[in-house]
Amino acid sequence: MGQAASGVAGRGASPLRLALPLTLFSVLFFVAPLLLLGMVSLFDDTQMTRMGLAQWHKLLGDAFTWRVLGSTLWLGVKVTALCLVIGFALAWAFVRCPRWLQTALIVVIVLPLLTSVVVRTFAWIVILGRQGIVNSVLAAVGWIDAPLKLLYTDGGLVVALANVQLPLMTLPLITALQKLDPNLQDASAALGAGAWTTFRRVTVPLALPGILAGCLLTYAAAITAFITQSLVGGGQMLFMPMYLYQQASTLQNWPYAAAISILFLVAVLLCVSLFNALGRLSRGLAPA
Amino acid sequence: MARRRIDSQTLALHGVLWGLAVCAIALLLAPTVIVVVVSFTSGYSLRFPPPGYSLQWYQALLDAWQLHFAAGNSLKVAAATTVLSVVLGVGGAMGIARSPTWTARVLDSLFMSPLVLPALAFGLSALIYFSRLGLQVSMTTLVIGHTVVCVPYVVRTTVAALAQLPGALLESSESLGASRLYTFRRVTLPLIAPGVAAGAFIAFMSSFDNVPVSLFLRDANTDMLPIRMWADLEGKLDVTIAAVSSVLIGVTLVLIVVMERLTGISRRIR
Repeated sequence: MGQAASGVAGRGASPLRLALPLTLFSVLFFVAPLLLLGMVSLFDDTQMTRMGLAQWHKLLGDAFTWRVLGSTLWLGVKVTALCLVIGFALAWAFVRCPRWLQTALIVVIVLPLLTSVVVRTFAWIVILGRQGIVNSVLAAVGWIDAPLKLLYTDGGLVVALANVQLPLMTLPLITALQKLDPNLQDASAALGAGAWTTFRRVTVPLALPGILAGCLLTYAAAITAFITQSLVGGGQMLFMPMYLYQQASTLQNWPYAAAISILFLVAVLLCVSLFNALGRLSRGLAPA
Repeated sequence: MARRRIDSQTLALHGVLWGLAVCAIALLLAPTVIVVVVSFTSGYSLRFPPPGYSLQWYQALLDAWQLHFAAGNSLKVAAATTVLSVVLGVGGAMGIARSPTWTARVLDSLFMSPLVLPALAFGLSALIYFSRLGLQVSMTTLVIGHTVVCVPYVVRTTVAALAQLPGALLESSESLGASRLYTFRRVTLPLIAPGVAAGAFIAFMSSFDNVPVSLFLRDANTDMLPIRMWADLEGKLDVTIAAVSSVLIGVTLVLIVVMERLTGISRRIR
């Protein structure tokens, strides 16, 4: 039994030592810098001569920090929710399209993912600007007299971020919905369930692993999206990435910036673990 | 009667979902289309629709030496990052794929973690690390930093390609007397090549597009294109950026279509 199992699993397995160069590289240039970051946050002064917990006292004791962290995490929730609604509909429609249309659609979905994020964000500046398409259309229809302020607002930022991250949500959902056995939905209908009930009780639960995978990717990307946050959000709204960058670059305060980084890292890790735990729970509901 | 009720319900549900799907497609397409249209404006602002059409901003692009310089740097760093990522990533993937051991699982998490952690925090840590080691920021430090965040793409697509490899092929090659290296060169490599190519392509694009790591590891001598564009946009809303963006969109579109033909990249990206 043990022999057979290892025979199947180990078949074609290459020696672990092939992974040695990448392991060394990761330890040397990824793990070590992050450990150093933790150490740097334990210095009291910007010259890094005295060790102490001053930075952490200042950071954690400041209500401003918690406000910035809170608004960053909340921004992620809003973006993920919007992405989920439109991304799910897109994935649902995708699996019902004929093959040739799917080929075209997949290019439409993947193109933004591989296009520069600065370019995609720039597009939203054009769309939301005072002379942008939204204001032009509204003025032409006669609904507004003066251009609306859309850029540098919370709503504008959520829509722009949702657009930038939409492919990350849609691709795992397409994978999940393609695996779904259409007979299950037919069976549900045959047993008398209405379309909404079938959707709520059959389709959505079975797509749950895909939903969680998509939400994790979208959420992590939305809260760390420095470029979009700074260009569409503008100077009035401060989120963790910009807070970190200002302290490190403009103020050259490395210990404080390091403490912000660690706090942000921990917050992101907690969110990731939460999604992963939910993912393990949901797997019991879905086909392998 | 019951039949009718179900039908109207189905109609409503499908109407809502199709409607949202069309919105999603519009949302995905609109930015690209709008940037390309605005880049041909004859005016001096980002007004949409443009007052008239001309090629003046593409002409301006030919003289924008700062953007040329930054684009050159970005291309060099992306090329070097891709080579390094493929060399390290394929080895890493071969080592951990098809292996159920605990070590392989831990290494898998280690190799993938740069994808989830905020890259800006890594960028800062890399800057502090290199400066503590007494290393000036340079092309080399940029390539190392980019490789950390780009190598996971190569590992992921290669592991997926290796997982689909029929084990019987490797066994028969071995039982016919082929050495490990020969089997790798003649059996494994040709079969996983599309997966590796897809990973290399994604690594290249994401290095070329990288902001969070470049933000900390570049200086005036190693200006990078996305950072240059971002800085230009923060300062003034220049139409030249629309022209650069359109060029980037065009090149990306062509590359995606080519890669889709060669490697079926859309299936490997998920």
